[in-house]
Amino acid sequence: MTALAQTGADMNVAVARSDLGDVAGALAGVSARLPGDGKVKDIRKHAFDAFETAGIPHRRIEDWKYTDLRTLMPSVAPLADAPDQAAIGRAEAAIAARAVDGFRKLVLVDGAFVPQLSDLGKLEAGLTIRALRDVLDDAGAPHDTLLDTSAMSNAMSDLNTALMTDGVVIDVAANAELTEGLHILHVATGAGAAAIVTRSQLRLGRHAKAMLVESFYAAEGAGAYQNHDAVMLTVGEGAQLEHIRFMDDGREAVNITSGYVTLGRNARLNTFNLTTGASVSRYQLAITFADQGGELTTNGVNLLKGRQHGDTTFTVDHAVPHCTSRETFRAVLDGQSRSVFQGCIVVRPDAQKTDGKMMSRTILLSDEAVVDNKPELEIFADDVTCGHGATIGALDEALLFYLRARGLPEKEAQAVLIQAFVGEMIETIADERLRDIAIAETERWLAARG
Amino acid sequence: MSPLLEVRDLKVRVEEREILHGLSLTVNAGEVHAIMGPNGSGKSTLSHVIAGKPDYEVTAGEILFKGEDLLAMEPDERAAKGVFLAFQYPVEIPGVATMTFLRTALNAQRKARGEEEMSTPDFLKKVREVSARLNIPQDMLKRGVNVGFSGGEKKRNEVLQMALFEPSLCVLDEMDSGLDIDALRIAADGVNQLRDQGRAMVVITHYQRLLNYIVPDFVHVMSRGRIVTSGGKELALELEETGYAQYEEAAA
Repeated sequence: MTALAQTGADMNVAVARSDLGDVAGALAGVSARLPGDGKVKDIRKHAFDAFETAGIPHRRIEDWKYTDLRTLMPSVAPLADAPDQAAIGRAEAAIAARAVDGFRKLVLVDGAFVPQLSDLGKLEAGLTIRALRDVLDDAGAPHDTLLDTSAMSNAMSDLNTALMTDGVVIDVAANAELTEGLHILHVATGAGAAAIVTRSQLRLGRHAKAMLVESFYAAEGAGAYQNHDAVMLTVGEGAQLEHIRFMDDGREAVNITSGYVTLGRNARLNTFNLTTGASVSRYQLAITFADQGGELTTNGVNLLKGRQHGDTTFTVDHAVPHCTSRETFRAVLDGQSRSVFQGCIVVRPDAQKTDGKMMSRTILLSDEAVVDNKPELEIFADDVTCGHGATIGALDEALLFYLRARGLPEKEAQAVLIQAFVGEMIETIADERLRDIAIAETERWLAARG
Repeated sequence: MSPLLEVRDLKVRVEEREILHGLSLTVNAGEVHAIMGPNGSGKSTLSHVIAGKPDYEVTAGEILFKGEDLLAMEPDERAAKGVFLAFQYPVEIPGVATMTFLRTALNAQRKARGEEEMSTPDFLKKVREVSARLNIPQDMLKRGVNVGFSGGEKKRNEVLQMALFEPSLCVLDEMDSGLDIDALRIAADGVNQLRDQGRAMVVITHYQRLLNYIVPDFVHVMSRGRIVTSGGKELALELEETGYAQYEEAAA
């Protein structure tokens, strides 16, 4: 168990001992750097205690059976230092080519919101953007949705609550339809092991409309950092959100992200995740239909190679009737990589007329790649349409031969089929600019295969 | 000058079973050869081995294409050198637009030959020209390769590729299977327009019907993994009368 000692009421997070080996460095004195007082502090303390008791999740915990995090990430690294000017400069270089036309950049460097790299001017009517640090330090600001992790609580979400340092808190007022997209960029710069602990939130008021991109990148020279992120999304009545995530963290990095999503009456959410980066990652989502008529599309693609481990785990909670959810997940695995997909659709007793479907398809490019699929349906209502399916296989030999007989060399023929397989998912992204990024990321991944 | 295609005493196995027992065939540029025979005589195996399909083990003999060892080449190298197989059952490739596929394939072949990529206007012009001739609507080219195409459309798509890639050897595997008379006529017209002094065709078919539209210079009858008799186009008509039984007995 990872043991982090505390002194007094103040959460002085010093690493006292660990029977998992050296928890590098000390977190001593870190509490002074963590925003929030009073109630926030209490919540942090509670979460920290829970993390300390449970320790890093391991394979004997059902939900982490396929992602034995304690083996993959034996210790939590010391909290990253706030970025200095040199780090900010490296981050700026790293994201120069990552900005998306027509999207407002909101940049987090080593877990700290950096206004000087962000586009904070000319906010559209109804749009409010604040740093998480400021919101937590502001006792008068609403913290309810920001701090509510009851929909999914485990050691890693608790760690995030305990140590969240900064992030972006966005509110879109009722009826505001943003013409400009929002783009939260996470950039890591440190060469050493460091924990970057962030939490961001987007709340869409009634009938508001927005597009949110989240992306994760490593600056030149960034090493074995750990991203511990959380994202809280609230889609209000009749509101529409397009949420696209590109996780391309560094090759030695860890990315553990917890997402909390709530859909109001007739709300619509299309969320897409593309994982190409990090040596170890887990994207765990808890999605709740809080009122009737909600529509959810959750799509994800893992492109993994080498010894990468990528886990997507989510629960869709149909707590109310007349909601529709579609979860489609695809993975392409090369080398000795491992992809995990755990999807759970819960249909509560009252949630009649629920329509929930889940599908997972995986292409294995090597004999040593591994995929674990765990679809779950927990249905307590009787008038519902629910289903799930999964396929795993190699690229179709007949298609490969056809392409080769038309002149495509083997790798190129494979690339065409992989692009098509991933492309069907990319097609679900509404915005063309974001589709182009997803296509480019896929091509880059294919090119790196050689 | 060496023949375009020379198959010498070819023996082929699939999963421990010998399918071709020593087949020889010589095809010169400008010629159209028909290979006829009953089901299971090894016709399709021959076409697959020429194109380089995996899982066929050549245990003896050789295939020379323009004097070069064809069996030593990867399927894509064979395509770039001018070998084209029109598939009996063209596959559907969802998510790959036909237009993108045609262009990727054409440029891959050109690249392998050390040629420049074809410019976009030249490419579009050529595709439009050929597809109009084959009665292929433009919106079909935007769809996934063969996805939702009828049997006739799939075969026309094969002929479209043949016209676009300009191979020197076309092997047509059961081109007529699944086609009605009208579809067959359109596809056959497309093939006939590609008949050329520099190009040879090997037309594999079970029925004589196709040869009314694509008239061969030579007809070979295959039975049990061998060519048992060869002749001119009149041999096909003769077969229509007598059937394959006599040759099966001869091969046994």
